[in-house]
Amino acid sequence: MSDKKPGWKEIPIAGVPFLSSLEYKTGDWRVFKPVIDDNKCIRCLLCNIYCPDMAIKVGWDETGNKALGVFVDYDYCKGCGICADICPVKAIEMVKEER
Amino acid sequence: MREEIVEQEERLLNGDEAVAWAAYHVEPDVVAAYPITPQTIIVERFSEFVADGLVRTEFVSVESEHSAMSACVGAAAAGGRAFTATAANGLQLMNEILYIASSLRLPIVMAIANRAVSGPINIHCDHTDAMNVRDAGWVMLFCEDAQEVYDTIIQAFKIAENPKVLLPVMVNFDGFLISHTAQKVKVFKDPSVVREKFLGGPRKPVKIKLMGKEVELSLNPKNPVPVTFGPLDLYDYYYEHKMQQLVAIQNAYDVVKEVHEEYAKLSGRRYGNGVIVPYKLDDAEIAVVAMGSAPGTMRYVIDEMREEGIKIGLLRVRLFRPFPYKDIIEALRNVKVVGVFDRAQNQGMMGGPLFLETRAALYELESRPEVVNYIFGLGGRDAPPEMFREAFDELVGIYRGTISPFIRKYIGVRE
Repeated sequence: MSDKKPGWKEIPIAGVPFLSSLEYKTGDWRVFKPVIDDNKCIRCLLCNIYCPDMAIKVGWDETGNKALGVFVDYDYCKGCGICADICPVKAIEMVKEER
Repeated sequence: MREEIVEQEERLLNGDEAVAWAAYHVEPDVVAAYPITPQTIIVERFSEFVADGLVRTEFVSVESEHSAMSACVGAAAAGGRAFTATAANGLQLMNEILYIASSLRLPIVMAIANRAVSGPINIHCDHTDAMNVRDAGWVMLFCEDAQEVYDTIIQAFKIAENPKVLLPVMVNFDGFLISHTAQKVKVFKDPSVVREKFLGGPRKPVKIKLMGKEVELSLNPKNPVPVTFGPLDLYDYYYEHKMQQLVAIQNAYDVVKEVHEEYAKLSGRRYGNGVIVPYKLDDAEIAVVAMGSAPGTMRYVIDEMREEGIKIGLLRVRLFRPFPYKDIIEALRNVKVVGVFDRAQNQGMMGGPLFLETRAALYELESRPEVVNYIFGLGGRDAPPEMFREAFDELVGIYRGTISPFIRKYIGVRE
């Protein structure tokens, strides 16, 4: 997530972009954010497969065969809620962003 | 600054030719235009200047007005001085790009020979074409005669390119009534007075900070960081960019006045204070408000009525965007009856656009005058002195309490 965004007096005029695309965080668009309850999660990885923005990351053990857990990359998660919808054990809750 | 009027010569020019001469003296980098009556003479004459080698302008013949404005957007984004001209349906076809030009802060100048919008097809004067684009973020000036058109086109470039403004400017004048009517026009003898002395040489795009570096706000390949114009701008920044634009168009108010004054020092010609042009308003009890060429006829009627002892005056609005509401409030503070004359349609609206804004401005006054609206001259319908006299007499009747005020009336139309 970006820090506080600059105001109209601070940014260049004419809609000229002043950040590179790497610095522009689409996660800022989010209204609801997915929060994963690690205790309920059964590591099925459906959320990782369904995420349209590749924003659900998986932590693997050193063998690379066993998922230790999933977490959200909030820089790029736009808050679509597909992960929460697809989760078979309702381990993902959509929580209103506070900004 | 000392007033030092520069040498000028008199030429017989119609309004369109006056625009072409102004463009010749400015020598824009790019002119892209598509012919449409009553603007066509502008680009015809200008293309002759190009062919004769009097200007080094890149003249782009395009396939539509949408393309004309798009070419101007490209030219201005590249850092050039761009000019075009159109009218009526051509202006409507440009509409999409008008908003883009203003939001990308491109100081394009455009001449509009005001014409009725089809249909039914009509090539003659009214202001409906300009009124349809009054919210596009352009600075809008309305001229009364060919001389003012020449002067205003030159001023428009300086207004547009002011760093506090950086917005496109539209210079309006009545189609046929001005565009095709020849009059004596004073033009500068030496074009370099306009190009070098007044405009200060070629356009210099402003500098901005981008990624820690100073760059030119243009598509200049020599910029240390590339500048992108017109990318996606969503709810996280669009409003901020609009805010900058809203401030810029208000800034244009002062800049129009300053540039008008600076130009007056070179030319010796003034149009009121640059934003409004009052006539016999000082002691007036009754005022009429109008734009374009009709005020010329109105002054004739006012002189006639003044001789009869009627205290009537005229307020010509020269700057329509940004709307000079403060000047209008001050100018009309002491009048009792105001008649606003719109040469534009008001489909489904309470009144014509000029009426609505004038009336809204006057709401600020504690003791408000009666403000009524007259719609006239649609599609080039003749607007003779007798018609105005009848309307002005009605305003006198409202002032004397013998006629009840009304919201709007359509004059010069057959029952």
